[in-house]
Amino acid sequence: MTDQSPDYDRATALTLDANAIAGLLMEVFGTEMTVAASRCTHCGNRAQIGSLRAYIHAPGVVLRCSTCTGVVLRLMRRADGSYLVDARGAAYIRM
Amino acid sequence: MAVLNWQIVTVTAIRAETPHVKTLSLLVPGWQSHRPGQHVDIRLTAEDGYQAQRSYSIASAPSDQPVIDLSIELVDDGEVSPFLHDAVVVGDRFEVRGPIGGYFAWDGAAADPLLLVAGGSGVVPLMAMVRHRAEIGSAVPCTLLYSSRTVTDIIYAEELQRLNGEDDGLRVIHTLTRSQPPGWTGYSRRVDMRMIAEVLEGTGRMAQAFVCGPTPLVESVAESLVSIGLAPSQVRTERFGPTGG
Repeated sequence: MTDQSPDYDRATALTLDANAIAGLLMEVFGTEMTVAASRCTHCGNRAQIGSLRAYIHAPGVVLRCSTCTGVVLRLMRRADGSYLVDARGAAYIRM
Repeated sequence: MAVLNWQIVTVTAIRAETPHVKTLSLLVPGWQSHRPGQHVDIRLTAEDGYQAQRSYSIASAPSDQPVIDLSIELVDDGEVSPFLHDAVVVGDRFEVRGPIGGYFAWDGAAADPLLLVAGGSGVVPLMAMVRHRAEIGSAVPCTLLYSSRTVTDIIYAEELQRLNGEDDGLRVIHTLTRSQPPGWTGYSRRVDMRMIAEVLEGTGRMAQAFVCGPTPLVESVAESLVSIGLAPSQVRTERFGPTGG
């Protein structure tokens, strides 16, 4: 984007909202997940999944808490077509 | 359980909105409508099997027709948008799945005033909300603050002007960041905290905000809204970062 300031943090510029990967979440969980509530293990913040920060340029997808930036969910698609979900950062997901 | 299947769609119309944005109308057999703000995933498959996938917001309001409009900005070094801009013609077919994403959606059920803030083609999902609001005759006050580079980059310019004139409940406020035509009466700078505060003045603190655009704009607007006093839950964001176009 040419309209961004030159000192703009590149990591911030690579951030998306988890709503952007709603299709992937639906593939993995089989239902609409962006309005499901989750609780961050690190800081206790409760938020809808769609409001988490999504980093899609890592191997797999990393969803981070919008409050403390701790990792809430990691999703990876394996070569055999199955998915690996690391949910250690979510105390719960209500769906 | 919700099902998300890829299905073949057919391009039924192509319209140039601005020099860099085209709207494709797609016939989606069996389309079960959508909520304004939702998106679809598009998947293109090359002859050698290589696949590229992108998400695009739906621009049209929900209707009983199996047709949706996607407004697509050309990203020069992108992989998908140049194809959709330069190669696709009416009658072409490709794969789509959706509608997707319930988080960034407004369907007219809530009574809270709407504050929509758009940067560039971030206006697309917000336009679906504006169109839906007009079609259902909603009395919910709605303000759209829309940042574009120049006046020719304003997507849906005529329609927004018409809707703004027809409906006392809708305020469309433009800002042009790069150049302004003679006699321009809108804002002439990037969206900043002062602008957000002025716009919010006419909307009220009870507003539900939807912010969509390039990541820097979204971050700055969301921070401004929260520092002015909106709860984080009142601010829903959709950043389009560099996903490769």
